[in-house]
Amino acid sequence: MCLAIPGKIVELIEGDNPLATVEVLGVRRKVDLGLLEPADPGRAGDWVLIHVGFAMSKISEDRAREQLELLEALGEAEAAALEVRGYSNLET
Amino acid sequence: MRYVDEFRRPELIRKTSEEIRHLADPARHYRFMEVCGGHTHAIYRFGLHQLLPSNIELVHGPGCPVCVLPMGRIDDGLAIAENPGVIFTAFGDMMRVPGTRGSPLEHQSRGMDVRIVYSPADALKMAVANPDRHVMFFAIGFETTAPSTALTLIRARQQGVRNFSVFCNHVTIIPAIRAILDSPGMRIDAFIGPGHVSTVIGCRPYEWIAKNEHKPIAVSGFEPLDLLQGILMLLRQLSDGRAGVENQYARVVPWEGNRAALKAMSDVFELRPYFEWRGLGFISQSALRIREEFSEWDAERRFAVPGIRVTDPKAAQCGEVLKGVLQPAQCKLFGKECTPEHPVGALMVSAEGSCAAYFNYEHRKVAAGVP
Ligand code: SF4
Repeated sequence: MCLAIPGKIVELIEGDNPLATVEVLGVRRKVDLGLLEPADPGRAGDWVLIHVGFAMSKISEDRAREQLELLEALGEAEAAALEVRGYSNLET
Repeated sequence: MRYVDEFRRPELIRKTSEEIRHLADPARHYRFMEVCGGHTHAIYRFGLHQLLPSNIELVHGPGCPVCVLPMGRIDDGLAIAENPGVIFTAFGDMMRVPGTRGSPLEHQSRGMDVRIVYSPADALKMAVANPDRHVMFFAIGFETTAPSTALTLIRARQQGVRNFSVFCNHVTIIPAIRAILDSPGMRIDAFIGPGHVSTVIGCRPYEWIAKNEHKPIAVSGFEPLDLLQGILMLLRQLSDGRAGVENQYARVVPWEGNRAALKAMSDVFELRPYFEWRGLGFISQSALRIREEFSEWDAERRFAVPGIRVTDPKAAQCGEVLKGVLQPAQCKLFGKECTPEHPVGALMVSAEGSCAAYFNYEHRKVAAGVP
């Protein structure tokens, strides 16, 4: 469960809590941004590293690409895709 | 070196590997512990020892969350799930970890409602969607996952979801390192610091290792080059007679950590006076429990927990492997009674467990006659 999966914030979701639609490995999921530094919250277009469904840090696009390649190299890309598809759907 | 060209930046890898060879004192035997299970996996996967001189030994540490969980806690969690109406949820890693009467998956086949979730937030959603049931999330992990559990509990309270609870087994990495340094007969020269845990806790908490124990530490990333650079940093410190904390993974790990995540953790959790670790025994102030303010969502307070204590099967040497005293293949059960298909200990279950990593990348290769 220590996979760090990069995703791109597509749009912020209006509401009390900082939620966003994030595109991760080709699928869109609702991700909680509440663990990002409040002084530097996520915006549409930002890349974030996701752990167990929560954005844990903002990263650059280059870092995101590196992380994807690393998951591939570690043989974890499939496990990551399974994890992301396993996050419950946007509608639910 | 057959694999180097498949890695990113092969030139730099060759150069770093040469520098390591050059700097390593042939008269010494170095023991470097990688604390994080993700590193253990990466080291085996990449066959990193091929890039290191033989007098640098990488010792696998306790940073595999399911591996350090004593069997009694699994039994306790399953006992909670015996209560009527309870749905047992956990990460996939937990599902095959053996308890006294079988793993969660085996309990599922005997009729228990056991479901995999990939996020604690999804366990909370499941509770909302099943108001006539009680959803219990079996929480495990170091500081990488603890903030997510914390924020999920904050959301549960905000939303007033009362049919949800967490069975908290979160542990903290620093006391485990301390326990390893304190164990008799243990010789570790330096530490490769965990990557993801450090994005949360930062680098400061390691300073005491450098200061009081005079052990260098290099927080490192997961790519072959990252790990080699981390090892080179450690060697340089040792050869200069220095001991400090260095951050090889600064492109991801901020020195101060993630303050929002640390705040969520401290709002929801407090330190337990002590907690049992598999192989390491009881370690004081090494684990988190849910604060009084969130007691309604604390499975340990809501349900009667038997507090089961079980000793591991005698022949299983998980404890010695976790402490780095033995390498995986030195366990008497390794590859015989204990395999990934039929795990006896948790180190054989998780991809981050050193026994599974060794079995999958080294043992199978040897068995297949691959050089
Ligand atoms: S081989 Fe099995 S029993 Fe032996 S240490 Fe590894 S997990 Fe434990």
